[in-house]
Amino acid sequence: MPEIKLTIAPGTFKELKKPPYATGTVQSAIGKVWQVPAELTTADKFGIFRCRTSAYRNDYKVEPGLYAIGQPGGASDIIVTANYKYSFDVVRRALKGMSAWILVLNTKGINVWCAAGKGTFGTAELIKRMQLAQLDKLSERKTIILPQLGAVGISAHEVRKATGFKVVYGPVHAKDLRAFISAGHKATKEMRTMEFPITSRMALVPMEVIPMLKKYPFFALIVLLAFGLEPSGILFKNAIGGGLPFLAFGLGSIFTGAALTPALLPFIPTRSFAVKGWITGVVGTGLLMSAFPHFNTILLGITLLFFPVASSYIALQFTGSTTFTGMSGVNKELKTSIPIYLFSVAVSVLLLIVYKIIEWRVL
Amino acid sequence: MKYISKVVSLKLNAEKCVGCGMCLEVCPHNVLRMEGRKAVIADLDGCMECGACMTNCAFGAITVNKGVGCAAAIINSLLYGGEPSCDCSGGKGRDSCC
Ligand code: SF4
Ligand code: SF4
Repeated sequence: MPEIKLTIAPGTFKELKKPPYATGTVQSAIGKVWQVPAELTTADKFGIFRCRTSAYRNDYKVEPGLYAIGQPGGASDIIVTANYKYSFDVVRRALKGMSAWILVLNTKGINVWCAAGKGTFGTAELIKRMQLAQLDKLSERKTIILPQLGAVGISAHEVRKATGFKVVYGPVHAKDLRAFISAGHKATKEMRTMEFPITSRMALVPMEVIPMLKKYPFFALIVLLAFGLEPSGILFKNAIGGGLPFLAFGLGSIFTGAALTPALLPFIPTRSFAVKGWITGVVGTGLLMSAFPHFNTILLGITLLFFPVASSYIALQFTGSTTFTGMSGVNKELKTSIPIYLFSVAVSVLLLIVYKIIEWRVL
Repeated sequence: MKYISKVVSLKLNAEKCVGCGMCLEVCPHNVLRMEGRKAVIADLDGCMECGACMTNCAFGAITVNKGVGCAAAIINSLLYGGEPSCDCSGGKGRDSCC
């Protein structure tokens, strides 16, 4: 465990200027502490909505340190969270009507789970914040409650050794905090389990689809160029006429890989995300192909080779959003699928060249 | 939901285990179970290799090759070196973070 040095004088945090989310101060054994409300403002709620629906926000932070909810005292619970404002907001919302301390660690604005993986929500940072906030003077309970998902970065026995405080792991979801506390710091099996229901999966779909749509114009450009290219120059009519089916298949692959596969995840056969994505890709491409019955054999070959594989690749990206895929499994998938991806792309490009050569009748 | 089977690197050394139950508390996938006075791995395929059990076992009874199960992170680390990490952020488990 890294050595902890107390560089900031104890109590410095009190002199920080009033954060915008604080509404007042409470008196405590260590002096004044900023008080925050459990009721979220419209802006806070909109912030939660945005965090859940769009990409990660870089600068959505709160100042690390100690905060009060209600009128806590020496016997009140101390709940630890990250300084991502979303994390802070869902915790204080969960504590409505209660009196408790919230200790915010400096995770550089990253949520508990990701920060714990990186180690910023970690043992050293926790011990440092506990010392800065003088928890030993503040609390008679000598117990702190950590989010269960923070356990990845925190070593409870090391915290105890360094501070004398007992670490209790709370529920996975902040919304269960109240039930956990009223049960005397006991979590049910449900509170301890990270599920991955369809609602969560659907909520993640935009985050899978949007980055892919951002890459789509490059793909479209390549397709249009490939089909429009003639010995005499680029023919717009050929580009559109020949390229249109491929443009549709491309969108189809994004849909099957980034939306359909996540949504239907448990219902698609096999455990491999690459295979799942390939299966939905074959079905999707097959359905779209029926709209273009007069396809020539080479184009048919390219279509069946390339687009299901594209869907597979896109589906594999979803491993980053799931709650149950481990590194060994993803490694194994990548080991088999990357060569297949490269091979399929290479053969597709070759076939396209053959197709163009025949089209131009240069041979 | 389970991921690919028989690849997980989780190991539990029964000799070192004192049965304190801490690993059961921190595991978000109910991978571990008490059998008598020892913890056992009850559902190996359910493990996502987060490492929480290892970090919180005071007796060093658990080892796991901890890491992020994210294709983009692993591809990035293959291309640019370094440990795979969720630097694109916000992804995994975001809506369950508190
Ligand atoms: S935390 Fe370690 S000692 Fe405690 S039950 Fe689990 S494996 Fe055994
Ligand atoms: S590594 Fe994580 S998922 Fe696997 S057994 Fe340990 S706590 Fe559970």
